[in-house]
Amino acid sequence: MATTTDPDLGRPLAVLGAGVMGTAITALAIGRGIPVVLLDVSETVAEQAATAAYNQMRMARIMGKLPSAGGTGSVRTTTDMRDIASCRAVIEAVTERAEVKAKVLAEASAVVADGTLIVSNTSAIPIDEQADWVSRPADLVGIHFMNPPYLIDTAELIQGPRTSVSTLAAATDLLESLGQHGVLVGDGPGFVINRILQRMINEAARIVQENVATPQAVDEAFRGCLGHPTGPLGTADLIGLDNVVDSLQILHERTRDDGYLPCDLLRAKVVDGDLGRKTGRGFFDYGGTTS
Amino acid sequence: MTTFTGPITAAAIAANLITFLEHRTKQDVAANLDLFGSGLVTSLFALELLVHLEGTFGVTVAGPDLTLDNFRTVDAMTALVLRLGGGIGG
Repeated sequence: MATTTDPDLGRPLAVLGAGVMGTAITALAIGRGIPVVLLDVSETVAEQAATAAYNQMRMARIMGKLPSAGGTGSVRTTTDMRDIASCRAVIEAVTERAEVKAKVLAEASAVVADGTLIVSNTSAIPIDEQADWVSRPADLVGIHFMNPPYLIDTAELIQGPRTSVSTLAAATDLLESLGQHGVLVGDGPGFVINRILQRMINEAARIVQENVATPQAVDEAFRGCLGHPTGPLGTADLIGLDNVVDSLQILHERTRDDGYLPCDLLRAKVVDGDLGRKTGRGFFDYGGTTS
Repeated sequence: MTTFTGPITAAAIAANLITFLEHRTKQDVAANLDLFGSGLVTSLFALELLVHLEGTFGVTVAGPDLTLDNFRTVDAMTALVLRLGGGIGG
């Protein structure tokens, strides 16, 4: 519990990127009473994400996944990296592309103080690769939040070879303040979850592409036979098919394992703009609404 | 989406919610069905319900009203909208 001497008391959390995960992480933080500075290249996108985060936070409270007591953190939107300078920690949640993450992480680490926790919410890019992009590699750690993090209270906590002990401790404290349990794993492409999950999604999509089974049948089999709450294609729709393709490409580039080559159906859906829940349609139809 | 702007009855609220739910789930919905307990909708659908309810009836759900009991059934949501003054001058 925070005390009056807690140096982090009242200091906002910086969230970089107002996409699906940046919005959801913002919802998680404000639902725990932590103020957020939400940065995006587009002020309009950031403002829309702030509204969406508020709605998501309320939904999580309805479902009993976020506490009703303890207040709601504020959200300040910005396009200026200087506005994150005094934040308690930084969570990077931009597009899963190395060149984009490299630019954002370099800019962020240049404006925050030494020792400020910098978190990459990467899906698949190794933390040690990203450590080359920041001013102080010891301050960088990976946290792979699940989507949506306000409903799923466990995340992968990734310690890179250069992540310091104090940074890992700060990340653990941050997760605790967000009501999250971190599972400590080692570094490598896709870590644990996405090394397995992305390949499974790719294979599930390939099965649909080859007319072996419908998306409904694939997911019904996983739910009914294996007890998964959501099948691989429903999960892919939730993640966003653009993010799935980006993650698969990252995994393929770093492993040279062709099992990670995005199948044609996945690529076609991205080209068509059918990205999943966020556009109202992916492998399944969500009634044209975003949810 | 229909937006109610005048006085509204419980029956009209319930009818609107049932139409919305049946359209989205492609299943018949009774006013007293436990939407979440029955497995008809997922946790994520609570967000759609919240946005639909606020956008349609001009209410704002906040604070202690953010509980599952207020969203569990069409009857419960209808009572919530009436209590929050939905549709009256909204």
